[in-house]
Amino acid sequence: MTEPENDVEASEDASGHPEFLLPELVAHLRHLRTPLRQEWAKRITDAHLLSSMTAQEVFSEATSVYDNYVEVLETGSVEALRRYARDLSERIIPRGVETHEVVGIVLLLRDVLARSLFEKYRKDFDLLDRVLDAYEPAANRIANTVAVSFVEERERVIRQQQDSLLELSTPVLQVRERLLILPIIGVLDDMRARQLTEQLLGGIRNHRAKVVVVDITGVADVDQAVANSLVQTVDASRLMGAEVIITGLSSKIAQTLVTIGVDLNKMRTVGDLQGGIEEAERQLGFRVTRPTDAQP
Amino acid sequence: MPSPEYPGAAEPLRVSILTQGQFLIVSIHTALDDTQMTRLQQDLIEQVGRQRSRGIIVDVSTLDVLDSFATVTLNQLASVARLRGAETVIVGITPEVAIAMVQLSLQMNFVHTALDLEEGLQRLAELTGALDAATVSGVRSRD
Repeated sequence: MTEPENDVEASEDASGHPEFLLPELVAHLRHLRTPLRQEWAKRITDAHLLSSMTAQEVFSEATSVYDNYVEVLETGSVEALRRYARDLSERIIPRGVETHEVVGIVLLLRDVLARSLFEKYRKDFDLLDRVLDAYEPAANRIANTVAVSFVEERERVIRQQQDSLLELSTPVLQVRERLLILPIIGVLDDMRARQLTEQLLGGIRNHRAKVVVVDITGVADVDQAVANSLVQTVDASRLMGAEVIITGLSSKIAQTLVTIGVDLNKMRTVGDLQGGIEEAERQLGFRVTRPTDAQP
Repeated sequence: MPSPEYPGAAEPLRVSILTQGQFLIVSIHTALDDTQMTRLQQDLIEQVGRQRSRGIIVDVSTLDVLDSFATVTLNQLASVARLRGAETVIVGITPEVAIAMVQLSLQMNFVHTALDLEEGLQRLAELTGALDAATVSGVRSRD
């Protein structure tokens, strides 16, 4: 993250000066806080960055970032900035702000500040050189920190979403007393198959289920490992005293099951979900009648 | 007929066999070693004959593992008990144990399984046609 060579270079080149160069720089940036902030906000807008935020929001965030930026230049500690960047990312990620925008605005600020330094020191080229030597590494470190924090935060959000998606992907629903259905939609890979087993066996225990209808209409194909795991799930359910009825087998999956030589006596299958539920109801002793039919 | 020379006959059985009407109920609380397991099997089969029991329920809900020997013994128990006129139901297999068993390809061919004791009693009642048995309460009658 940090660039040690640059740091060394900075302290060597600015020989004699580095103690007061940075404080002087910070004082300068503090002094020009308002115009520089405005300049930065304007350039953000011109570059069409952060387009999902209003001008006012951009300006207020710009202020916070600016203050944090100057503080990091002063103290050299990126910890506070990292925290702020995480916090900022958390707020702006849901609004669809992209990585290139975040990196873009930080680089813009770096540019704006560098220009202001050029302006101030352009008469003394040597001094400008040393000022830039002090400024550049710190600025690079800041840009790096903000970008990394943003990406990290984004990855955290993605992981979180993946987890909740996975949880949602195999719902266990009770449709009658002692009767559960598990509709499965999408690709059934190894991990989901394992999760399906856990959810199903847990569901049997929690709902005291006797029959479970697993509907795999929404699954196009499974590989051998998953087909085996499906068979094992059926066996394990039986050990817990529940029967599994599998419905909606596609022709491909049926082929796979036959190919791997599943003992088909042990597996109950019914064509579609409706048939499966009807079969389960019959088994549980339910009889569904229309009120009109019940009248003599 | 069980002979008094079977292994483990000398030490007391660490599992109690309860009689509930026509059924025998055993709850295994701690992991039994092979000797104890064999002993339990012998005692149960003997009792089936003596008490004219129609069914056996083995509750394993507190066990976190059911090894291959236990599975084989339970299977054997079930097949022998069936010859002597009693059906066997294993109840309370937890999800973890169930997954482990299928992964080890442990089969329970002669044994019936049910979720818990209540379900097991009902299952036995169905199996033995003893629906009217006064011992079983809360059985939903079906027509």
